[in-house]
Amino acid sequence: MPTFDLATQDLRDLNKALHTIPAGTNDLDYEILNPRGSHAVAVGCSDPLNISVKGPVGYYCGGMNAEATITVKGSAGPGVAENMMSGMVVIEGDASQYAGATGRGGMLVIRGNAASRCGISMKGIDIVVEGNIGHMSAFMGQSGHLVVLGDAGEALGDSLYEAKLFVRGTVKSLGADCIEKEMRPEHHETLARLLEKAGVTGVETSEFKRYGSARTLYNFNIDNADAY
Amino acid sequence: MCGIVGLFLKDRSLDTNLGQLLSDMLVTMTDRGPDSAGIAIYGEETAGRSKVTIQSDTPDVTFADFERRLGDLVGKGSSLRIKDTHAVAEVPTGRVADVRAMIDGLDGAVRVMSVGETMEIYKEVGLPKDVVSRFDIRSMSGTHGIGHTRMATESAVTTLGAHPFSTGADQCLVHNGSLSNHNNLRRELKRLGMRFETQNDSEVAAAYLTARMKDGLDLGEALTSALDDLDGFFTFVVGTKTGFGVLRDPIACKPAVMAETDQYVAFGSEFRALVGLPNIDNARVWEPEPSSVYFWDREASASRTLAA
Repeated sequence: MPTFDLATQDLRDLNKALHTIPAGTNDLDYEILNPRGSHAVAVGCSDPLNISVKGPVGYYCGGMNAEATITVKGSAGPGVAENMMSGMVVIEGDASQYAGATGRGGMLVIRGNAASRCGISMKGIDIVVEGNIGHMSAFMGQSGHLVVLGDAGEALGDSLYEAKLFVRGTVKSLGADCIEKEMRPEHHETLARLLEKAGVTGVETSEFKRYGSARTLYNFNIDNADAY
Repeated sequence: MCGIVGLFLKDRSLDTNLGQLLSDMLVTMTDRGPDSAGIAIYGEETAGRSKVTIQSDTPDVTFADFERRLGDLVGKGSSLRIKDTHAVAEVPTGRVADVRAMIDGLDGAVRVMSVGETMEIYKEVGLPKDVVSRFDIRSMSGTHGIGHTRMATESAVTTLGAHPFSTGADQCLVHNGSLSNHNNLRRELKRLGMRFETQNDSEVAAAYLTARMKDGLDLGEALTSALDDLDGFFTFVVGTKTGFGVLRDPIACKPAVMAETDQYVAFGSEFRALVGLPNIDNARVWEPEPSSVYFWDREASASRTLAA
């Protein structure tokens, strides 16, 4: 198992190594020591690597991730897993603002809390937060799922498109055009699948409420289509 | 961008390490702003005496002249400690107004960085590593301190435009963000008698808090009222003689992370700034909430979080 110690090794060398995995390599487990809040740790991976980061990271950890499974044994700074394509990123501590922003696929799991703008402009990513999330989360979310076991801050799901939101705790306020919706059997199934994939146990899907777009904003009105 | 750091010691045995710890924190934040850097240190207090920290672009000639004038004005009760472009005049607290009047008569040859019983401010254009070494910040001890490295947006890259800003005795503020109603607010504060040295938005925030505290509010209450009256983006870290506060605007897009142990409370724009602090691995680390006032005071048992 290759180990990189960022106390002595260069971050660029680490990311270069992760980007140039020789074809046919069996040893796909990487360990990263002493990240000490470094930015851009393990960004842009495109192989099915299994990366364990031992400590807190700074901005953009796991950004643009495809295929890789990245576990951070600590907290993450702003923009963790931003624009993730596939794979899995697990943050064992808290995450700062805009976690999983613009993500197109894969799953981001945050075992602690996420700050403001979690899942902003999400486009297919699944995000599971075991703690609370901050204000303006899932703003303009286009697709994917945001699951929150704790509470949500102000203006949840403002200007939402088709992203689906599940919150177990309280919601401080809903954003424009975001409404609570009925939990039908297919939503219980989807939620159960997401919770299982995220490794969350001990909660029932019946404890959650579902939120989504009321589809009443300008862009949902067919009468506005001839403006173009 | 801009990078800000702050350290408030609860365990006084760390006092001698304050300059070292704060310098390391600030230097780590260099890539958040390379334009200028500054640091405020709350050091030893001598009863009945105050420090006036001054700056000159021509220290060699100006400080010799200043020292002579200070001796003439205050007599034996004064001293001048020169550190590169800065100097700290120590005078009886009752004579501070006279010293300021004398400085005003020098036609801008000497600028006042700070006035206070314990606080000294050192700031210059340049990188944090150069600024902390010019003023030998690492050797300084104290109870708490605040630092800033600037990426300028709202006013020129000059010594006076660097942070921290001090607009009242032993009070200082550093700011990451930009205010949008500072011109109006400056006019109102001027009418109340506040004095401004720059066109900088952050100086207005500092003066606003000074004015509120003059009205009798404590630091926590002044920060709470700032949420109503200041418009724009801000993460502030502020210091008073015995207190330390943090405030973020409701949108909170400017980064902030805090750590607390039995020994200290620390603030950084990023976690990287905190990694060298003692026992950081076991600290409580959290991101301060938007619109929430955090402050600690070593005298009042008033340390609390006020959710707006």
